[in-house]
Amino acid sequence: MKFKQIAGAVAVAGALCVAGGMPGQAATLDDVKAAGTLKCGINTGLPGFAYTDDAGKWTGFDVAYCRALAAAVLGDANKVTFVNLTGKTRFPALAAGEIDVLSRNTTWTLSRDVDLGFTFIGVNYYDGQGFIGRKALGVKSAKELGGASVCIQTGTTTELNLADFFRINKIKYEPVPIETNAEARAAYDAERCDVYTTDASGLAATRTTFPKPGDHMVFPEIISKEPLGPLVRQGDDQWADIARWTLNALITAEELGVTQGNVAKMAEGTDNPEINRMLGKEGSMGKMLGLDANWAARAIAAEGNYAEMFERYIGADSPLGLGRGLNALYKDGGILYSPPFR
Amino acid sequence: MTGQPFHRSRAEMLQERPAPITSVGVIGWMRANLFSTWLNVALTLSALALLALTVPPLIDWTFLDATFAGSAGKDCTGEGACWAWLDQRIHQFVYGFYPAEAYWRANLAVVLLVPAVGYLLFANLPYARYGRWFSLAYPVIAAFLLVGGLGLDVVRTDQFGGFVLNLVAGITGIVLSLPIGILLALGRRSRMPIVRTFSVAFIEFIRGVPLITLLFVAIILLPIFLPREVSLDQLVRVMVIITLFASAYMAEVIRGGLQAIPQGQYEAGQAMGLGYWQSMRLIVLPQALKISIPGIVNTFIGLFKDTTLVIIIGLFDILGQARLLQTNQDWLGKVDYETFLLAALFFFVICFGMSRYSINLEKRLDTTRR
Amino acid sequence: MTEKAPSGAGGFDISRAWTDERVRGVIFQIALVLGVAGLAAFIVNNTIANYEEAGLSFGYGFLFDTANFDINQRLIEYASTSTYGRALGVGALNTILVAVMGVAAATLIGFVTGVLRLSNNFLVSRTVAVWVEFTRNVPVLLQIIFWWLIMLALPKVRDSLSLGETVFLNNRGVRLPSPIFEDGSAIVLTIVLLGVVATAVVRRWAKKRQDATGRTFPVGWAGLGLIVGVPVMAYFALGQPLDLDVPVQKRFNLQGGVSITPELVALWLALSTYTGAFISEIVRAGILAVSRGQTEAAGALGLRRNLTMREIVLPQALRVIVPPMTSQYLNLTKNSSLAVAIGYQDIVSTGDTILNQSGQAIEVISLYMVFYLTLSLLTSSYMNWYNKRIALVER
Repeated sequence: MKFKQIAGAVAVAGALCVAGGMPGQAATLDDVKAAGTLKCGINTGLPGFAYTDDAGKWTGFDVAYCRALAAAVLGDANKVTFVNLTGKTRFPALAAGEIDVLSRNTTWTLSRDVDLGFTFIGVNYYDGQGFIGRKALGVKSAKELGGASVCIQTGTTTELNLADFFRINKIKYEPVPIETNAEARAAYDAERCDVYTTDASGLAATRTTFPKPGDHMVFPEIISKEPLGPLVRQGDDQWADIARWTLNALITAEELGVTQGNVAKMAEGTDNPEINRMLGKEGSMGKMLGLDANWAARAIAAEGNYAEMFERYIGADSPLGLGRGLNALYKDGGILYSPPFR
Repeated sequence: MTGQPFHRSRAEMLQERPAPITSVGVIGWMRANLFSTWLNVALTLSALALLALTVPPLIDWTFLDATFAGSAGKDCTGEGACWAWLDQRIHQFVYGFYPAEAYWRANLAVVLLVPAVGYLLFANLPYARYGRWFSLAYPVIAAFLLVGGLGLDVVRTDQFGGFVLNLVAGITGIVLSLPIGILLALGRRSRMPIVRTFSVAFIEFIRGVPLITLLFVAIILLPIFLPREVSLDQLVRVMVIITLFASAYMAEVIRGGLQAIPQGQYEAGQAMGLGYWQSMRLIVLPQALKISIPGIVNTFIGLFKDTTLVIIIGLFDILGQARLLQTNQDWLGKVDYETFLLAALFFFVICFGMSRYSINLEKRLDTTRR
Repeated sequence: MTEKAPSGAGGFDISRAWTDERVRGVIFQIALVLGVAGLAAFIVNNTIANYEEAGLSFGYGFLFDTANFDINQRLIEYASTSTYGRALGVGALNTILVAVMGVAAATLIGFVTGVLRLSNNFLVSRTVAVWVEFTRNVPVLLQIIFWWLIMLALPKVRDSLSLGETVFLNNRGVRLPSPIFEDGSAIVLTIVLLGVVATAVVRRWAKKRQDATGRTFPVGWAGLGLIVGVPVMAYFALGQPLDLDVPVQKRFNLQGGVSITPELVALWLALSTYTGAFISEIVRAGILAVSRGQTEAAGALGLRRNLTMREIVLPQALRVIVPPMTSQYLNLTKNSSLAVAIGYQDIVSTGDTILNQSGQAIEVISLYMVFYLTLSLLTSSYMNWYNKRIALVER
């Protein structure tokens, strides 16, 4: 730690800074512990998922996962170094070991999982690509968009989905590529384009920001599956397991009614053996992962269980106002489903 | 004709009359300067029309119709600009995520820059002997102040942001590029063919590609080029690239200075039995650098403006902070122009001031050579 | 020139070789080559290791894979089923387009404002000076985004400004009618080309005659007749073989004609005003560098002011102006890569998408560099040739 800080000082003076040992193949956990901080890659700014408050502190749904993971591994939800990454820099940063985990609304696809050499550890938000347009256009479906101008963010899977959708339906359109979500919103608001396409969560978020949200509608078509989730480098199974089961613990906590408020009490022991196993009262799950017994309790205490995180940052009462939809638990009609803690 | 002498000329002077009203005073000045020819009349009128079309609406929007108080974008209901965010967010524009209790350190580092540069450029300041050493030590002092350590709280490099990031990146780049640039310039004029080839190749390569592609190299390729065990801080990588970038331009500026030194000076050095480095250090470089100063200042202005490019690779300089505010739920869609205008103002003040200074210097250096 | 190291009585003393400048030079250069080679080997080694670990393979084969994304401004045929290579080509042409347009506009803006700034009209010279200083001293990236925001503030598509219902302007850009070539249009085009050639011939002849006899010839009028007049007559004689595809308002957009996107316009305006402001300064300095006696001599010969500027001052000023202008042109070309900030699909923007999809980082970035280096090389060799042509010829 000290070495790294001094190295940082030297670095700004222009010398090369060799910051601590980096992960080889199977030592991410040791490296994180040695560094005393979890390096987490997040978005450069996406309402609800990663944004700064007035004090300049990063917060949001994706950020909350980083904090939970840091709490599980290091025992302190604030021991996170956030690295802001663009759509282009996120994969090289993870591949090169600049970050330990990437939690930046990234779609789980085969080529990323296999070809780029990453391991997706689960899904924290089931999304899909949709369209938003003005009601005044009189369009009821995305298939009626022949000849329309469509705003898209470049360099993402949405660009590919869009091209596919219009090709399949044999409709002509004018793509309006835009660099950031903020600019896309401005362009749509100014009617530079007729519709804006991005993940449905983003559409709902964008819709609430217009002066008259009622003038705009999200079209019924969802043209792609976008399972968004955190990912780590391939090859370090222990680290992938920790990241995966931290996410699962947050989901299971919701299912079992463990909340930020009652987790401390429940950790002392309950009648439910699964809660006891998860929170470290029974069994030795922490040890299997290479952590201590209280890891899951700390992760839940950091920002609450999945439902609490969801409601706080993106749920119905947040500015984004997203419904749970697919992201409800399987028993509530969604597809959120964590493997059992056994 | 009563015997008076015949005068062919006047006996007394005519009374002096003022020049016609049309050629002196305001009207005369206007005739001479604004309406001397038809073309001039047309130019004047179009300039007036242009000013009338742009200036009043701009002033209305910026000041008269603007909203200055409020806590969120919805408070800005007027026709004009929305400045209500200033008091909450201005510190993030300037300092980024730098911890508030350490602002004084950033301020001090910037303030100390003035004597550091002053002592480097002017020989006749008081305490000049110690001043030189201060100038040399300044980069270390500034780095210590900004980053911390040895008793000061450490500020992580990802907390750097806002205008301070632009300043730090620009100043670091220019200071470190000076020695590298000198070496490259000497290399380009060297009699050793391999040294010359490498220098030319490096300079022309860097000058031939856009900075943004070099920044991609820093962010995306450098981690691939280095062993897995080595990881460089993101800001450090960016600064290394900015320094290399500036070095190539610096080398060309200094080469210009070297070429302006008469051959006799080089020969004089040799005649005195000085070696290459001695004659460079004692005779040629001091003169060459002196005449290169305006060029160096211009290179710095260019580099300083280019530091805004770091936003494209995800760092939060002053433009990045503007973007952040624009995407903030509370201010969305209300502050697009305002935030950029403020950023533009910051740059304009610094760059314009420096370019004035550079012109000034050029004039002064010019007279000394005459 | 090269001084001898005092090395014994003429013999080569190995122990004192270090004092010989040439020996030192050779040793130093060998060390340099070894150092650079070592660094290169180090990088290549790491790269191979890192690529292997990430499961990537180095090579440019991916350029033949299907791109699967669309580009909205295409100078050559392109669809989402085309290859990555073609997508990069489309992007490269878009870069060249904006660079060429920018260089032309920046030169014009620079010359006009540079001359205006020296005008003795106080109001004009001050206004221009303020504009130049403000434009020069604000980052170009900021200006690009600013112009883009201005473009967005133009009328919406349903309230387009139009010029006789043929040319439309709205915040989706400018839409112009495009020509539809029918039978016989090739003849008209040929006549236009012939007119251009004929004008060039007439101009040469007129210049020669003026040099010899001092008599002038109205080249401008003759050229106008040859390039415009004759083809117009031919056009009507052939029964108007050229038709226009005029844009019409459809459900979402104007359809037909050609469209110039606001991203292109914004980028073009930003680059040409920014570089124009620098050129303005160069032109001003160049004109000031021409000795005042030249202007006075021209005045004494009775030349009018604009003729003095055109025939006496500017040709001499050009010698000072051209070399720094080259680097401004290069800067403009390189700055066009900031297009990525507003979504103009130049080579960097399309390349970034490809990089993101394929993960072939080194390959894509190396292609950027080769492209820009080639552009730089071409521009500077052309400018060097031009500079030689206008250089002072000692007679």
